[in-house]
Amino acid sequence: MKIQQILEIKELKKYYRVTSGLIPRPVGDIKAVDGVSLTIAEKEVLGLVGESGCGKTTLGKTILRLEEPTSGEILFNGMDVVKLNKGDMRKLRGKLQIVFQDPDSSLDPRMTVGGSIEEALVIQGIKSAGERTERVGALMEKVGLEAGFYERYPHEFSGGQKQRIGIARALAMDPELVIADEPVSALDVSVQAQILNLMMDIKDRDGLAYLFVSHDLSIVKYISDRVAVMYLGRIVEMAEKHEFFKDPLHPYTEALLSAIASLRPADKEKILLKGDVPSPLNPPSGCHFHTRCHRMIAICPEVDPAYREVAPGHFVACHLY
Amino acid sequence: MAAKTILEVKDLKTWFYTRRGIVKAVNGVSFTLDEGECLCLVGESGCGKSVTALSILRLFDSPPGKIVEGKVLYEGLDLTTCAMPLLRSIRGKDIAMVFQNAQSALNPVFTIGDQIEEQINTHMPHHDRNSRQKATALLEEMKIPEAAEALKMYPHQMSGGMKQRAMIAMGLSCDPRILIADEPTTAVDVTIRAQIIYILQELKARRNMSIIFITHDLSLVREIGDRAAVVYAGKVVEIAPVEHILNKPAHPYTIGLISCLPDISADLKRLPSIPGNTPNPIDIPSGCPFHPRCPSVMDICRTVEPEMLNISGVQIAACHLYDANVTGKR
Repeated sequence: MKIQQILEIKELKKYYRVTSGLIPRPVGDIKAVDGVSLTIAEKEVLGLVGESGCGKTTLGKTILRLEEPTSGEILFNGMDVVKLNKGDMRKLRGKLQIVFQDPDSSLDPRMTVGGSIEEALVIQGIKSAGERTERVGALMEKVGLEAGFYERYPHEFSGGQKQRIGIARALAMDPELVIADEPVSALDVSVQAQILNLMMDIKDRDGLAYLFVSHDLSIVKYISDRVAVMYLGRIVEMAEKHEFFKDPLHPYTEALLSAIASLRPADKEKILLKGDVPSPLNPPSGCHFHTRCHRMIAICPEVDPAYREVAPGHFVACHLY
Repeated sequence: MAAKTILEVKDLKTWFYTRRGIVKAVNGVSFTLDEGECLCLVGESGCGKSVTALSILRLFDSPPGKIVEGKVLYEGLDLTTCAMPLLRSIRGKDIAMVFQNAQSALNPVFTIGDQIEEQINTHMPHHDRNSRQKATALLEEMKIPEAAEALKMYPHQMSGGMKQRAMIAMGLSCDPRILIADEPTTAVDVTIRAQIIYILQELKARRNMSIIFITHDLSLVREIGDRAAVVYAGKVVEIAPVEHILNKPAHPYTIGLISCLPDISADLKRLPSIPGNTPNPIDIPSGCPFHPRCPSVMDICRTVEPEMLNISGVQIAACHLYDANVTGKR
């Protein structure tokens, strides 16, 4: 049986030009996303982890073309999203949605929450007001809110409820892929679990796929089928979930897992990384991670390691393998 | 080994009188801190853990805030009523504080060195000449590379992790006996967080310093805490050694908090969750504040506030389930 890939990204790059001086001159590029390739199958959850500034949010936004890619291909159901014009892109956005990290700033404070959800339906061309109201009610129920909340404003809701509204809005047009950008990191622990359960229920019922962006490995382990790790704009390791947690290959992944007490195997020493994440404006030569790596070898500062499949479905970019 | 109690907080209540009503941010918190011990205050946002920390040194805005009841005893001295000059000499010297957001806690127009030295010179005037030396030594202790150079940097020239470490260095500059760390690792990445936790663990061991570590993250409690106090709606609902809190929690809220952490070792299909939301501190539920969300709620919980009950000598929880008079058992 061939698995249907709904998203396929090839060598995607997003650079930001940095200028300096009175008469602005380019001084370099911030390579926020620097040659990322990945696929997401139907009904699959791909967890994307990395530290702040590694480019995971930019990657999510670039897939939706909220940021224009510098180069590369984004194939959604075989169609190259990068080449679509504005009108076609708008039609596609119903199927390709995003849930943002901060529900406070992603909802319009002067719009009722019903109105916020309905707006998505208006944009997607559902003309009958009756049908729209009905669908908004159904959506609100789906995410566990009373339909009676239609006329309320965002400030009347708690953080968890606001995130439910954000999810309802993303679901308005029955998407096939939802990019969830740290959807629970702004929430309290007891509420996080509610939202994660809700997202899993919706996925099982509606059969959608998620690109789940997070910095929290324990959440990623719970929700994902496969996990990808990003470091300075590149994916350094990607594997099926169980393999990823059982047998991490890349030294950076090892260090990430080691930083979490409950994830660290009892027999292994805690790995403390030296220093900070380098600036993406001026990333280290060769392997970007070599400045902090605890298993560096002579070749690492010289040559950029290739991103290869070392075991079926297990990709890693490291000279050790 | 009975360590000496260095700080005792007794039935502390800090209320904020606002136009919308009285915000009972801290509503009867009690705990003790031993010498050389790390006590974690754990709770969700808005539960009053930060205000508790601020109340110890009276650092909240007053008005609207006011300590309406209770005592904070540092070596027998009540910090809630002592004269301001005396309190000022204790702040930063005997009891120091590290804030969550280093970005906003540091002054952007002074160098890191100036800011650390200011504190040293304020509290130890005789240190005057070698304050720079001391500041350098502190940054080295924080494992900041090229410490002498780093002292000349302004906060914006440093990374988030470095700023947080500079903040801790500042907190330690006068060799405090108690360090209050208010979510010092929330704003930094996991790998940096691991570095900071390591530094704090080391400091505690080397300096025999007491730490009050405030966090919402139970996995950190395991790493750094000796004992933990779980705070809910302005009250401590359970206090016990960390192993007890994590492995056999007593209060239903603690049980809920721990079970909703995604368990790394197990493959769960569904996460247990606590229904509902944290209560609004203006309008705290009657009786036990947790009763509207509690899975084992009884009639008495709605009306009578539970007292702190001794569960196993070292473990204390405020829950009617453990009151023999209520349940009729035991």
